[in-house]
Amino acid sequence: MLCDRCQKRPAQVHFTQVINNTKKQMHLCPACAAELQAESFGFAPQLNLHDFLAGLINHHFAGANITPNALPRVRCEKCGASEAQVAKSGLFGCSECYTQFGDRVQPLLKRIHGSTTHTGKVPRRTGGKALLAKEMRILKSQLQDAVKQEEFEKAAKIRDRIKELEQQIQ
Amino acid sequence: MSFKETVNNPYSKWLDASGPESDVVISSRVRLARNLAGYPFPHLLGHENADKILYAVQSAINRDGIKETIGELELCRMTELSPTERQILVEKHLISPDLLEQPEKRGVVLRNDEVISIMVNEEDHLRIQCLLPGLQLKECWDLANAVDDGLEQTLDFAFTEELGYLTSCPTNVGTGLRASVMLHLPALVMTQQINAVLLSLSKLGLTVRGLYGEGTQATGNLFQVSNQVTLGLTEEEIIDNLIMVAMQLVTQERAARRALYREQQHQIEDRVWRAYGLLKYARAMTSNDAMTLLSDLRLGVDMGIIPDIPAGLIMELIVMTRPAFLNKLKGTELNPYQRDLYRATLIRERLNSLPTR
Repeated sequence: MLCDRCQKRPAQVHFTQVINNTKKQMHLCPACAAELQAESFGFAPQLNLHDFLAGLINHHFAGANITPNALPRVRCEKCGASEAQVAKSGLFGCSECYTQFGDRVQPLLKRIHGSTTHTGKVPRRTGGKALLAKEMRILKSQLQDAVKQEEFEKAAKIRDRIKELEQQIQ
Repeated sequence: MSFKETVNNPYSKWLDASGPESDVVISSRVRLARNLAGYPFPHLLGHENADKILYAVQSAINRDGIKETIGELELCRMTELSPTERQILVEKHLISPDLLEQPEKRGVVLRNDEVISIMVNEEDHLRIQCLLPGLQLKECWDLANAVDDGLEQTLDFAFTEELGYLTSCPTNVGTGLRASVMLHLPALVMTQQINAVLLSLSKLGLTVRGLYGEGTQATGNLFQVSNQVTLGLTEEEIIDNLIMVAMQLVTQERAARRALYREQQHQIEDRVWRAYGLLKYARAMTSNDAMTLLSDLRLGVDMGIIPDIPAGLIMELIVMTRPAFLNKLKGTELNPYQRDLYRATLIRERLNSLPTR
């Protein structure tokens, strides 16, 4: 078989691409394959972020093994955005969507960020419990450090503060 | 002051080459995505709600507390600006091209030194941005953080304990923080190390783009490097990571420049002086030509080959010779060829008016 691209050298690399359920196969010689790979890296054909994301969301949302009766919630009750809309645009309709589409949001976030838990800034005025929880995380790691360094006086102080916080949180 | 001056003046603080590591790092930027609780995200937002958000932002920035800590901020609706003026804000990197669509729903807040800008109703209700020259990511974050604190006094942001700040696109959720540096990497490009460098960046969870954001070409050897992950790391971690990577790139670029000078001194000298000559005397100049030659010139200045040209002027020329700016300066709509002529004239005038040695 000859290379699809140069039609000169024998094809040794077989490449299958699936975009929106359309399968495309290419048979390439090593030289052409290397060139195409170099092109697809860097800046040549830019992958649109939203399309890419829509693909991901599609996978998690309308994805694999959902039978029609098992489709739990198709629309966000708050903003009315449908799953299909979200999957198509790559954007959620409102902040409530994150709860409404909950079970499928988690794996998506895991895939994008490698994590599903926020550890950063908490708004001061409306943060409430989250603010305390963040302080708790920081204190706990300080406590570990103090114990490691055998600074027991410091550790005791931190532990007291943790106890205080625990009461506040409850 | 304000929007009138901003759109008439090609100079912006981020262009002056005064910041740290400015021989390689052109500018640093931090952007925070925030949304108001209880409203649909901008792409599903009706006109009435879009108006409410613009009003909420207006009253939040007018509070005395903000004026004292952040300074005077001014909100401008996109409809108050002409299409050329809007495009100029894009060319100065103060807003994204996306803000130009559906102008009746959108607005932008600026501080008069253009260091702080807030896009209203772009992909998220608020996009707080801080832009400084050189490598100043920490400074950008401190400032953006302060603006966020100030706005949060009156605005209720969509936030959950588990997921952090909620954004319309799940790639921004959590911190809502996108930090980026714009780097000038001509020597890594010339020595063909750039692809290896870019590949290793992508493995570190960083994204690389061209000068004007998503989907743009890396003309003029300018690259924007930014974090991809926004959830699961603290803001400080994200900023520190990017600073470390940026410093690494600065070191590599400098090493490549030294190696080039050592091994190909005459070729490099010829290349940058040739660029200077063309810029000084050419009669027509496409936008791409200008970017490429100005990049060479900047390299010559940063390497000390060409003396007496302020590096800031070169960046200013890059912004000044973008299409919308040329139209604005000329006061009329130019066709592409007229633009090439006018671009060459402007560059010539600016470079020839420098004091000669």
